[in-house]
Amino acid sequence: MAEFLQFLFSGLTVGAVYALVALGFTLIYNASGIINFAQGEFVMLGGMTTVFLALVGVPLPLAAVVAVLAAVAVGLLLHRFAIEPARGADTVSLIMITIGASIFLRGAAQVVFDKRFHSLPHLFGTDPLRIGGAAILPQSLVVLAGATVIVVLLWIFIDRTLFGKAVIATAANRLAARLVGINTGHMIGFSFAISAAIGALAGILVTPITLTSYDVGTLLALKGFAAAMLGGMGYALGAVVGGLLLGLLEAFSAGYLSSKYKDVVAFLVILAVFFVMPQGLLGRAKVERV
Amino acid sequence: MERTTHGVAPLLEIENLISGYGRIEALHGVSMNIKPGEIVSLVGANGAGKTTLLRAISGVQSVSAGTIRFEGQAIDRLPAHARVPLGIAQVPEGRQLFAPLTATDNLMLGAWWRRADDLSAELARVHELFPMLRPLSRSTAGMLSGGQQQMLAIGRALMSKPRLLLLDEPSLGLAPILVDQILDAIVRLKSEGVTVLLIEQNARAALAIADRAYVLETGRITASGTASEIASDERVQRAYLGI
Ligand SMILES: Nc1ncnc2c1ncn2[C@@H]1O[C@H](COP(=O)(O)OP(=O)(O)O)[C@@H](O)[C@H]1O
Ligand SMILES: [Mg+2]
Repeated sequence: MAEFLQFLFSGLTVGAVYALVALGFTLIYNASGIINFAQGEFVMLGGMTTVFLALVGVPLPLAAVVAVLAAVAVGLLLHRFAIEPARGADTVSLIMITIGASIFLRGAAQVVFDKRFHSLPHLFGTDPLRIGGAAILPQSLVVLAGATVIVVLLWIFIDRTLFGKAVIATAANRLAARLVGINTGHMIGFSFAISAAIGALAGILVTPITLTSYDVGTLLALKGFAAAMLGGMGYALGAVVGGLLLGLLEAFSAGYLSSKYKDVVAFLVILAVFFVMPQGLLGRAKVERV
Repeated sequence: MERTTHGVAPLLEIENLISGYGRIEALHGVSMNIKPGEIVSLVGANGAGKTTLLRAISGVQSVSAGTIRFEGQAIDRLPAHARVPLGIAQVPEGRQLFAPLTATDNLMLGAWWRRADDLSAELARVHELFPMLRPLSRSTAGMLSGGQQQMLAIGRALMSKPRLLLLDEPSLGLAPILVDQILDAIVRLKSEGVTVLLIEQNARAALAIADRAYVLETGRITASGTASEIASDERVQRAYLGI
């Protein structure tokens, strides 16, 4: 039982991060049809920028805010100078562009930062909490709470504001969105900005537990993509469910089988979704694409 | 150039418009004009290029040559979202509602460029024109019936306060009684000063309410005149009116 709880919590913690990355994929995919493989780099930028600002003496909260803003700026630049000029290109070309951008960002991070692993202080220390015999890091709860707040705020914004509805409208019917006068280019740029912010926040929250380095984005993008596929690409709720599920699958297979299999799970999930249920878990059931 | 037929400057003026899809040309130099307050009907068979022309006017279709002027101003270089505030709104073929959103959300988004304004008067005007929509404000657009969807699509376009309303086959697939309601609404809009460009499969009905008409055949205008002239043209009667 203690073991089970242990795996459950570590699975949920990592899963929350996958869910946020998957949500980033979803937002951009819905606004533009693009699968942004540079999504993991936003997570890296959030963690690394905070680490390096903290190293030069910037107070942690300020460092975190600047890191999020920096990621947003990178997201907007990526849209403006790599995606927008290629407007009208086919999907494969656009995916290649985002993969190129992720390689570029990783290279730049290597130069601007370094190639070592870094951590951030835990928000509430490292004394584990004992829950049912399992030892839970307080930071795990911070990650879960942070992810919950992000998801809820995003949902309120999308569901309750006219701007949020314009985001849904653009995703649901781009032609109609243009015909009513929505600048769909702005909406796509906005989706890059929000996705970058969400990714950066995830990176900042989880760095104390998982550490960060210039190249953490690669695997995270893959995991986030797997999670988004699992939930049904284009479905916000699916992204969250898919992320948590993937985190749990990883934690339990690593715990009960072997940690060797941890990263294999994501690949298996991608393959399984492709061959068995291309729509993902929620793809068919849900009408609303958020 | 028919710049000032009867001395009135056209609201919309199209000259030698060429447009297509990739290498396929769909419009081979179309010229037409619409004067303020008119209902102009565009008649033509399936695939003639009617939808392409409307898309070009709204700016969601690229144009390789020719000009489009609205109130004398060339608009062909303006992006679609910059044309709505000028007063051009389109009810596209197949309605193209925002299916996951409610009817009211669809209407509010129709007024996107005026989102800072108080839109209650506009909303009331749409509900008055289509009382059928009133009880449906919280219904999901994708769940509405065909007639309700068409009225919602027209209402959404009206929310932007257009001077020129472009309608692409608004009665397609609707029961006759709904077709009549929609045609009545168009006539009423005209009386309120809205200028209309109407594409209709049902050419007879369209010509009955139109002031003037153009016939479009495989990307070319082949006839134009008052609605009654076009309705009594033998070729038109044979091809489009089934006489
Ligand atoms: N998306 C498209 N891609 C390629 N060709 C198209 C497309 N849409 C329309 N066409 C072609 O352009 C021509 C005009 O089509 P359209 O404007 O839709 O005609 P209409 O509205 O009069 O039925 C047709 O030959 C049609 O096959
Ligand atoms: Mg058509």
